[in-house]
Amino acid sequence: MTAKFRQHFLPVATVLAAALVLWYLLAIWLNAAGAIERVLTPRGPWGWQDLVGATFSMQRPVLPAPHQIALDLWSSIVDYPIDSPRNLLLHAGVTAGATLTGFLMGVVLGSLLAICIVHSRTLDRALMPWIVASQSVPVLAIAPIVLIILGSLGITGMLPKATIAMYLCFFPVTVAMVQGLRAPQRLEMELVHTWSASRIQTFFMLRLPSSLPFLFPALRVAIAAGLAGTIVAELPTGAQAGLGARLLTGSYYGNTLQIWSALIMASLLGVALTALVSLLEYGLTGRRKQA
Amino acid sequence: MNAPQTAGFSSGKAPVFDPASARPAVVARRASVIYQAADQPVHALSEVDLTIRQGEFVSLIGPSGCGKTTLLRVIADLEPISSGEVLVNEMSPSEARERRAYGYVFQAPALFPWRTVLANVMLPLQIMGRELSQCEAIAREQLARVGLAGFEKKYPWQLSGGMQQRVSIARALGFEPKILMMDEPFGALDEITRDKLNEQLQQLWLREQRTVVFVTHSIAEAVYLSTRIVVMSPRPGRIVKVIDSPLPFERDLSMRDTPEFARLAQEVREALAEGHH
Repeated sequence: MTAKFRQHFLPVATVLAAALVLWYLLAIWLNAAGAIERVLTPRGPWGWQDLVGATFSMQRPVLPAPHQIALDLWSSIVDYPIDSPRNLLLHAGVTAGATLTGFLMGVVLGSLLAICIVHSRTLDRALMPWIVASQSVPVLAIAPIVLIILGSLGITGMLPKATIAMYLCFFPVTVAMVQGLRAPQRLEMELVHTWSASRIQTFFMLRLPSSLPFLFPALRVAIAAGLAGTIVAELPTGAQAGLGARLLTGSYYGNTLQIWSALIMASLLGVALTALVSLLEYGLTGRRKQA
Repeated sequence: MNAPQTAGFSSGKAPVFDPASARPAVVARRASVIYQAADQPVHALSEVDLTIRQGEFVSLIGPSGCGKTTLLRVIADLEPISSGEVLVNEMSPSEARERRAYGYVFQAPALFPWRTVLANVMLPLQIMGRELSQCEAIAREQLARVGLAGFEKKYPWQLSGGMQQRVSIARALGFEPKILMMDEPFGALDEITRDKLNEQLQQLWLREQRTVVFVTHSIAEAVYLSTRIVVMSPRPGRIVKVIDSPLPFERDLSMRDTPEFARLAQEVREALAEGHH
């Protein structure tokens, strides 16, 4: 127990403590000018304790202190009902829904592309350059275009956001699946050949299981990229809900605390989604090991 | 499932079948395999004539490059012939493969790490469309036959190399192929394990009377296991000599110390040396 504590908990705690100290120092430094001008000077004479106290409790700080963000996040969750637009869980839920939908669409699209590429030399040559090129277009540029086109077709709400997420998700899935589906050794391919296995049987019995160790690291990348894509897609829509919308209104009103809260919520959501993928991986490949 | 003629144990005098009159399982007529290498064509197999009859245990022996593995792969439809003719059960190799005429054991066990031992043995049966409960029953029985009852739920990485190779033999035998083809199946194992598996394989052959085509580069292994030894030589890959074994069908490892065994081993050694000129 103590060994485990020393090995795992202590290093993490040390880094966290160092980061917090640094953050507080940064908060003092960045907020000092504003605090002096707007809080301390009107009040009269002040000491350095007053300055520190003021930099940690401003209404609209340049950099809010960690405890301010934590309090704001906490109050948004417990002080408002779950269906209130001031509750960050509502926004996180909206973003998570679009991200997961886009992620699933991306996995399906990415896998289909990989299957085509692995089974056809022509498609390998024809598709791969376009797939790589598609990723060199910045998502910030393509998001409004997609949203406008889908909007003109009458598709609004979650689906356009999910489409952007899919656009970012499918690429790592395709690249990893192509590599994974080609992972079986010649020996293994000859083995199923001696049993006269069909292409479909070879796919499900050999290629697909072989590809899973390649697929899961890509899925972790994909879901994180999908989350970023969804949030970017929520920015220009004037969306009513979602973490991206929350970020936008925060920056519109100069409410730094709200921005940071939404930002932290987005990171927590990212951690949760990645954990979901890891859980899936453990369920599917947990007992599989190499000697 | 058991061969009816399990009698004859311990007598060792009369063969339980007569190879000379049995139906041919594999026939090769002037079979050649030529690869186009960068500078000149390589004759991996040159005009090979060979008939393997049902129930025989035939070993292909020779130095590297003599075409023994190529011949096995040609019979198994893993490689095409350039000229000549190869028939398996009076069909082309690819037809025979599609009718699941043979089981193939590679040098490496090639077990799928995501499947348990039991599921690995079930795999070919599943591919052949057997019912799942039937697959499982057959797989359990085959594992018991290679002495691995109780290991069904293990994963391949939890087994030793010798045990893994036994699983792959059980897997090759599960669908009851008439012919068993083995490409240096014990080549990567230590000698003690190898002796034990040789003994088990010999007993398996005696019990089930399947045709076995066995590739090896060990003289002792070939002499101990075979009813007929095909000695091959490289550049071009060809058959130098076919030796009929005078040894009784019932064998155990102590037979390797008998004069008959030594004489046969000597004959194989001489044939190998001859082919090297």
